[in-house]
Amino acid sequence: MADFPKIITSRYGLPQSHTLKVAEQHGAYSAARMAFTTMKPEQIAVEVKDANIRGRGGAGFPAGVKWGFLPKDSKVAPYLVINADEGEPGTFKDRTLMELDPHRLVEGCLIAMRAVGAHVCYIYVRCELVTSIQRLEAAIEEASERGYVGKQPFGVDHATQIYVHMGAGAYICGEETALLNSLEGMRGEPRLKPPFPAVKGAFGAPTVVNNVETIASVPDIIRMGGKAWSDQSRLPRDGGTRLYGVSGHVKTPGVYEAPVGLTLRELIYDLGGGMLHADRPLKAVIPGGSSTPVLRPGDLVNAPDPAHPLHAWHGKSHIDVPMGVDTFRALGTMLGTCCAIVMDDSVNMVEAARNLMHFYSHESCGQCTPCREGTGWLHDVLENLCEGKGKLQDIDLLVDIANNMMGNTICAFADGTAMPMLGFLQKFRDEFVVVAKSGVPPHSLGATVRALGGVS
Amino acid sequence: MTFTLSVESEKIVDELLTRYPTQRAACLPLLHLCQRQEGWVSPGVVAYVAKRLGMPTSEVTGVVTFYTMYHQQPVAPNVVWVCRTLSCDLRGGREIQKHLEKRLGCGVGGTSKDGKFSLKTAECLAACGQAPMVQINDDFHENLTLDGLDRIIDELSAKTAAAAPASGDAAQKAEPADAAARVRAKTLMGIGNS
Ligand SMILES: Cc1cc2nc3c(=O)[nH]c(=O)nc-3n(C[C@H](O)[C@H](O)[C@H](O)COP(=O)(O)O)c2cc1C
Ligand code: SF4
Ligand code: FES
Repeated sequence: MADFPKIITSRYGLPQSHTLKVAEQHGAYSAARMAFTTMKPEQIAVEVKDANIRGRGGAGFPAGVKWGFLPKDSKVAPYLVINADEGEPGTFKDRTLMELDPHRLVEGCLIAMRAVGAHVCYIYVRCELVTSIQRLEAAIEEASERGYVGKQPFGVDHATQIYVHMGAGAYICGEETALLNSLEGMRGEPRLKPPFPAVKGAFGAPTVVNNVETIASVPDIIRMGGKAWSDQSRLPRDGGTRLYGVSGHVKTPGVYEAPVGLTLRELIYDLGGGMLHADRPLKAVIPGGSSTPVLRPGDLVNAPDPAHPLHAWHGKSHIDVPMGVDTFRALGTMLGTCCAIVMDDSVNMVEAARNLMHFYSHESCGQCTPCREGTGWLHDVLENLCEGKGKLQDIDLLVDIANNMMGNTICAFADGTAMPMLGFLQKFRDEFVVVAKSGVPPHSLGATVRALGGVS
Repeated sequence: MTFTLSVESEKIVDELLTRYPTQRAACLPLLHLCQRQEGWVSPGVVAYVAKRLGMPTSEVTGVVTFYTMYHQQPVAPNVVWVCRTLSCDLRGGREIQKHLEKRLGCGVGGTSKDGKFSLKTAECLAACGQAPMVQINDDFHENLTLDGLDRIIDELSAKTAAAAPASGDAAQKAEPADAAARVRAKTLMGIGNS
């Protein structure tokens, strides 16, 4: 297996890695000390900009640029809010940071607060992640006892407080404005934008919302220097290493650190250990959480024009394109959370789509009619198809419903439902036709029985 | 019907209120705290939270109904959440669910015949790489096999027979960094208080 540098995961393998003692023996808080005692806040922000770190929560927005959106002349201090709602199906990376190295996140919060002038940070964790919550609370307590969190971190007059806030079970609270409403004790319904959180966020104050992994990368960026950190990547304008997840039909599912720009082939066959069953080849892969459109290994990049962003990979399989925010957008999908769901040829794609549309119809917050009605309708039509009660026209109906959901809503949830739906329909239309005629065959997620040690 | 929080928990509420610039922001954590004591969000809990935070009861109800993890009906001492989302489904989540339905003698949304377990489905619980998985009370059980699942249910069943609700276990198992931190983690989040 490829030997990639361990940067954000450097402490993962250590016994008791979640304790201050062990974390500090292995470098924790040295970057925060340096940032507080030897750097101006603006210098910290410059390093983060130079690091070219793209937000790890799914949208891939450059973190350095986002911090720059905070108004310079605000009379109230901004808040830092950490998005630890991790709920996008297929995504399980942030949890590893919170459980195995909570001090890395706490240290990142401290440095980010110093950089943007925040004094209070809320870490919004979904309530199901009990171990994450306990370890973060314990880490904050330990860091407070040491004085790193408190009135004068590292002897510098910049008071800091970090609080864990528990969610209550709603995927939509991962959307940043829904998260802010939920933090304020309200229903987790997304807000109309503008105003953007940078201007009017938590409790009406300017607010930076960042993903757990984004902020946990900041200590390494300061320690190594933005440019050196950025250069770990194989791609331009998308720096560093990052956490890759791989689940589904691979031999060694899990979370792995690797440079930005790894290929899906490497993720599946190298880090993921290859396909689960030797006789069941790769059929499809959802690259970065369920909201990112599916890819097929047999599809080749068609970019003969030298000006095309994917020209360098012209004629290669989609799973040989480096995984980056911009490359995957050019490929017609998204990098999302960089956690792939791998499916072998035993999987019926209509059944896979039904599973996911069940999720979206359950999780729509219901504020916008196209989303509330559309998600429910997509799921109903897919149920009918799978049960053998469908008609051929249902396929076009699915396309219509999905098209009508796009671009018409308060938040990106509706697009994040419609895009993967359209992806399944485009790439596996033949399969939808078969299912429309005869329903889904039994064992259409057949590998499952084998995986549990049963027969199939 | 009236609900009151234990004296210790009231102290936690006092600290919670110092964390936010508004009282209302304590609504979600306070509901969690009450649910840990009461087992569910009863009308008494709603009235208490409304009064404690100075919110109209209708708004507390609006919050409660929005979120999946607040039980609006009483539940059994053990709540079993089977993850049904794609990564788990690909690795046998459906078989796990069927097995539980058979074993517990109830469907999803129901309660086992002996009253010890409530069965529910969950959406992706951020354990996709360890599929299939279930969450029972505060604990994740990952990389499940049917035999392994049976053992977990047997164990919990035996424990529950001794009449001790099982939700305090996770706090002991997770070994936070030191005793003081453990106490804080347990108390502030209400984890282990039941
Ligand atoms: C429906 C929906 C769910 C989301 N869920 C999450 C999530 O669980 N975690 C997360 O970090 N970002 C999530 N996001 C993205 C956030 O809105 C936001 O872009 C992100 O937290 C910003 O942090 P970053 O720039 O560091 O990535 C979600 C977005 C949408 C539209
Ligand atoms: S798009 Fe869907 S989830 Fe987003 S605000 Fe509208 S109804 Fe809610
Ligand atoms: S799909 Fe089951 S934990 Fe993610």
